[in-house]
Amino acid sequence: MLKDQDRIFQNLYNDLGPDLTSSQKRGDWVNTKEITDKGRDWIINEIKDSQLRGRGGAGFPTGLKWSFAPKEVGSRPHYLVINGDESEPGTCKDRDILRFEPHKLIEGCLIASYAIQAHVCYIYIRGEYFVDGQKLQAAIDEAYEKKLLGKNAAGTGWDLDIYIHYGAGAYICGEETALLESIEGKKGQPRLKPPFPALIGLYGCPTIINNVETIAVVPTILRRGGKWFASLGREKNTGTKIFCISGNVNNPCNVEEEMNIPLKELIEVHAGGVIGGWDNLQAVIPGGSSMPLIPKDKCETLTMDFDSLMAEKSGLGTAGVVVINKDQDIIKCMARIARFYKHESCGQCTPCREGSGWMWRMLERMAKGEASKDEIDMLGDVTKQIEGHTICAFGEGSSWPVQGLLRHFKDEIKKRNKFDPIVKENKNIPYLVDQHLLDKNA
Amino acid sequence: MSLRRPAKKQPENFKFNPSSLEAAKNIIAKYPEGKQQSAVMALLYIAQKQNDNWIPLAAMKYIAKFLNMPYIKVYEVATFYSMYNLSPVGKYFVQVCTTTPCMIRGANKLVEACKEKISEDESVLSNDKSCSWMEVECLGACVNAPMMQINDDYYEDLDKEKTLKILDKILNGEKPTPGSYRGRINNEPENNRKTLMDLKNA
Repeated sequence: MLKDQDRIFQNLYNDLGPDLTSSQKRGDWVNTKEITDKGRDWIINEIKDSQLRGRGGAGFPTGLKWSFAPKEVGSRPHYLVINGDESEPGTCKDRDILRFEPHKLIEGCLIASYAIQAHVCYIYIRGEYFVDGQKLQAAIDEAYEKKLLGKNAAGTGWDLDIYIHYGAGAYICGEETALLESIEGKKGQPRLKPPFPALIGLYGCPTIINNVETIAVVPTILRRGGKWFASLGREKNTGTKIFCISGNVNNPCNVEEEMNIPLKELIEVHAGGVIGGWDNLQAVIPGGSSMPLIPKDKCETLTMDFDSLMAEKSGLGTAGVVVINKDQDIIKCMARIARFYKHESCGQCTPCREGSGWMWRMLERMAKGEASKDEIDMLGDVTKQIEGHTICAFGEGSSWPVQGLLRHFKDEIKKRNKFDPIVKENKNIPYLVDQHLLDKNA
Repeated sequence: MSLRRPAKKQPENFKFNPSSLEAAKNIIAKYPEGKQQSAVMALLYIAQKQNDNWIPLAAMKYIAKFLNMPYIKVYEVATFYSMYNLSPVGKYFVQVCTTTPCMIRGANKLVEACKEKISEDESVLSNDKSCSWMEVECLGACVNAPMMQINDDYYEDLDKEKTLKILDKILNGEKPTPGSYRGRINNEPENNRKTLMDLKNA
């Protein structure tokens, strides 16, 4: 288990209070000027050395992303945008940062803005977190009052204004270009890339977009050194991460742990074990709903980091671990996730808009045992037609969980959905009526 | 995508009241000059707050003029985002999360409770027209599942009985205390905390 002094979010459970005075006691804002005095290149290099990867799901190296910002500010200003549109089912880590560690985020915003030469930072928070957003706003007001923001913020000589922009219940706005559209006051529909936001982003200006957790860990990394951060976890998967363990466990919780921690330790030690014991485990969704599930036999030895989960054809995503035990109907669970994606598709690309609905309806039928044998392969085919054929990664996000189900629980679906597609058996199922046209002997 | 239609019965006029007007001006000031369209989401939210939790078409037209943008663009935004209610939902708007992490911890019991207390169908006002309920997608409090949101507040770690009690309160016009209903503190593992113990005991 990670040592307590190596935990970045000391106030994850709000033992100490989120206000400025107690944050300063925890080390926030102590020597911000010393850090910025070391210069932009030092900051970006230190972040590169720490091998910090974005905590929002894609795991893109943060230092590299920052280095994409133009070195000189041209006619267009630079912007920093913080993505706090946490909507991935199974994930609730950013909420705790917003309400309990707001000053880590605000200080991180200042340092990152300095590094990429932005004078304005927008923090995009999902609309449902209105109350938590108000808490962040209170912290921002406090920082303005103590001259930690505004002109010559925290004595660094850098001017920075931070504004909160609330979303209004659209999962897709977690996608970075959809988020920019949303800030510009439009529907949240993703943009085609390239051009990448680092060059043409918010209002057509260079924009760097980072997750809340990514920015909140930056000040601590710079204080303790990139080497310290890199010494945790393993090569290319370094540092600590907040894991959210939900679902059928005895003590669902958020916990900050080292990367590469065994999944079993996470569940057994921190979350108090699976309800009904480890043997009652059916499957685990390791990184929020868009990551394919992993069946029990692989959970024994699985370690939680970007690359080892990739090797299992899944992913760390946002590290929202959803534990599903044998009391649950796995097909129904996935059908509900498919319904989520059907509801949240932005409607821009046809494969995703239509395909997400198909997947949901087929899975609902499969859960009831009303689908035919052929439809199992047909469902796999539908997922393949969505994946990679959309503007944003939502297409992958909606088809991967279904692919995961087909990969690991095909037998379960087959067992439940036995009958032949041809309407010989006189089953009164309206949507199978036209299946006789597929009869190969006709 | 979800199908969203404006209500049939619409008020004729809409205007910001003085406090909404001030809030709206503060929000426009957040964005660079000439980019006042960015404020449309926040303004719709303000309009919704002012107008008993829903946005009439008149408000969209008003906001379009207010921000000097085409009405269709405001309409687009209002119909795209699911948090804007296009028809009356009552003073207390109950949203029950039923996405998988909540579902496997018994969110359907919360739905049952809503059906018993408020109305048989979702998005239908209760008899006294004070509240309505609906199933929504993940609200981002999965560790505290099952949970629901009433207006801005989260009610977490629920079961059917607790939900019934909360709903009784709002039907009586009282505001229940938000937060966990199992006495748990934030997102810490209940009775099983292994980390940062020095701070807990301090």
